[in-house]
Amino acid sequence: MDSINPLTLFFAAIFTNNILLTNFLGLCPFLSMSRQKKSALGMGAAVVFVMASTTALNNLVFYKILVPLGMEHFRFIVFIVVIAAFVQLVEMAVERFFPALYFVLGIFLPLITVNCAIFGASLFMVIRKYDFVQSLAYGAGSGIGWMLAIIAISAIREKLQKTAKLPRGLEGPAITLIITGLLALAFLAFSGMIRVQ
Amino acid sequence: MSQLIISVLVISGIGAVLALLLELADRFIADYGECKILINQEKELIVQGGSPLLFSLQDEGIFIPSACGGKGTCAYCKVKVLEGGGPVLPTETPYLSPEEFEENVRLSCQVKIRNDLSIEIPEELFLIKEFKVQVDHLEDLTPYIKGLTLAIVEQEESITFKPGQYIQLEIPKYKLSSVPEFRAFSMASFPDESKKIELYVGLVEKGIVSTYVHDFLKEGDELVMRGPFGDFFYRESDRDILMIATGTGLAPIMSILRHMRKEQMQRKTTLFFGTRTEEDLYCEAELKGLQKELPTFTYVPTLSRVSDNSSWKGERSRVTALIEKKIPEGSELDVYICGSPEMVDSCLLILEKKAIPSEHVYFDKFD
Repeated sequence: MDSINPLTLFFAAIFTNNILLTNFLGLCPFLSMSRQKKSALGMGAAVVFVMASTTALNNLVFYKILVPLGMEHFRFIVFIVVIAAFVQLVEMAVERFFPALYFVLGIFLPLITVNCAIFGASLFMVIRKYDFVQSLAYGAGSGIGWMLAIIAISAIREKLQKTAKLPRGLEGPAITLIITGLLALAFLAFSGMIRVQ
Repeated sequence: MSQLIISVLVISGIGAVLALLLELADRFIADYGECKILINQEKELIVQGGSPLLFSLQDEGIFIPSACGGKGTCAYCKVKVLEGGGPVLPTETPYLSPEEFEENVRLSCQVKIRNDLSIEIPEELFLIKEFKVQVDHLEDLTPYIKGLTLAIVEQEESITFKPGQYIQLEIPKYKLSSVPEFRAFSMASFPDESKKIELYVGLVEKGIVSTYVHDFLKEGDELVMRGPFGDFFYRESDRDILMIATGTGLAPIMSILRHMRKEQMQRKTTLFFGTRTEEDLYCEAELKGLQKELPTFTYVPTLSRVSDNSSWKGERSRVTALIEKKIPEGSELDVYICGSPEMVDSCLLILEKKAIPSEHVYFDKFD
């Protein structure tokens, strides 16, 4: 397969292959943090940053350390450890040097250390054999796609909260999952425009 | 085989490098240096920044209540952070009412010390400390009550309390108990004596702490106590005062009286002190002397089990009967009651019948 242009990959990751709406990854923070637009934005921004940097970082770790040693099968453990340590480091640095940013973003950082979307992006990067630049583009695109989805849902949920009278059983996560499904259907319209695999 | 060893080594290596990085970051990035904490605008602490306020205060011997141990779930550790706390975190908002928001109340386990802080904590919490004390004096006041004077060992330490409050006294393990035990005892000394406190310890059948004090404790022994605690203490007002005590319940009353003597208060005060027999009375000399030193004070001892042919000239009834007899209905009084729970409860009933407002009745039940 011909190597895909990083820019194309970037947009594909946002729209046609949105990690949340086509792969349904990272649903846990998606459900819990989508109650308010403000926290959704903070969470989304944190995901963009972490996903872009860890996918690129894991690309280096995989091709420079694991492949030469013939230890590709250990990527699950290694990726998780790398992500966790990286997020910790970033959190400490942000807290120390950018207190204002910390109070907006930093508190979300520990929440996404174990987010499956972040880990998923790193694994896709390996399966799809992306190089470093592609990984960066893919990670950033996926993060932005995730952020778009959570902002859209939080806006809808805020509106629902004000106007809709829901049956009790449908409140909260239930209606959110249904709306997410509808949103995913809408995003299906993009599918097939770009092949990423 | 070699593949296995290499794998283990590589994974450990990666883990070690990352751990080292984090450790370095913790050392150099998360280093906030020394921070000042100004408490209630008067006391200043210097602590190493970077850890939650709750734990830093704990290290300095200021114990903010906390049940969850700093996880932000029990919300007991609320303090007012006036300056330097940063914005309220989402982890705190569920536990704070709108009024608390206004007053800058925060969960101290969630406030990380990054810079100088100014905080406000209730005075009582601030005063609660653990003291090493030495038995200074031990005497038999009656066949069943020991007077115990404890001196605070550390030179620079002293106890600050309100007359009427209690401390917890801890005794080491001995043949009746396998772990150190502690019990609450009201202080009979008054606040101006801040280096020595006086307790009255009644002998309780099979009581672990009271038996230890009565049979094992010697002058010179060292013990541990914590305090002060309690909401039974002297309140300022211009109403007359009625005090009711039985047995060791005299302790907090003595503290209040000694405080009143020191301050030369002129409130009309009556003490009903009830015991069974004459030999159960104690502090007699001091109480009689107090009547001279405080002309507005009247001491009324009363015996409930005195034989008819005894020479006792005072009252012969229970304290409850004295209230019935001597206190007019609807009197404007502050009432302080201290003693056994049964005695306190029956006094409360009578006072209610006499239409004495319950908000002016303070009591401490000695279990």
